[in-house]
Amino acid sequence: MERKTKVNAEEGKQELVITRKFSLSLELLFKAYVEPDLVEQWMGTKVLKLESKKHGSWQFETTDAQGNVVFGANGVIHEFVPNRKITRTFEMENSPFAVQLEFLEFEQLTDDTSKLTMHIVYRSVALRDQMLKLPFAQGLNMAHNRLQDTLNKLK
Amino acid sequence: MNLRRDVFQAIADPTRRAILLLVASQSLTAGAIASNFDTARPTVSKHLQILTECELLQQEQNGREIYYHINAKKMKEVADFIEPFRQMWDDRFNKLEAIMKNYKSEK
Repeated sequence: MERKTKVNAEEGKQELVITRKFSLSLELLFKAYVEPDLVEQWMGTKVLKLESKKHGSWQFETTDAQGNVVFGANGVIHEFVPNRKITRTFEMENSPFAVQLEFLEFEQLTDDTSKLTMHIVYRSVALRDQMLKLPFAQGLNMAHNRLQDTLNKLK
Repeated sequence: MNLRRDVFQAIADPTRRAILLLVASQSLTAGAIASNFDTARPTVSKHLQILTECELLQQEQNGREIYYHINAKKMKEVADFIEPFRQMWDDRFNKLEAIMKNYKSEK
């Protein structure tokens, strides 16, 4: 079975490519990247700013139930071609990770299928590998936090 | 120079992935493995060395020959390791797809 989402990370390179085929028209797929309320829904974060244009900037933030910021990211948009491509930077705030460069390319496959190719360039090979391992660490962290929450409720 | 090998980097190389696939079904000698590739023998040896160093392959002496076989335990570790990253994006994109399908039907 062919997987819908693929990650290609070659040895010793400071980049990786994520590809995904969608059962959505190209226009709908692109819209999901442009409309702030749609981005909020699928990214699960608050969109503070999203200027979808050349030299525009964007800012996302996620807060927990107590209002503490648990995730913040921002960047600038370098290229914006509707239904074709977005070139932007992505920087996670308060993290040891340096800014990364993202090339997003949108392609129509059929009338109601499309493809996204996300090419991400990191500052170094080590940093890319660390980013790849991140969901692993986060998964552990989340499990730990859930445990902590449960324990707090018991108190 | 002997850098500490990263398992992840080891499997990112297409020739090394091909070697792992080859050895997955049966133990083979370095010569038998090399005969499957157009690459020069020393290059294949280097790949085998890297795969052995990061414990994806194990060597076994059988008479005068050394056979390479796959270390299933380590392979599983590797598969599990990149999988959460792919899964994270897959989940995110599945959500995007569901939201946009819904958005379309509302219109």
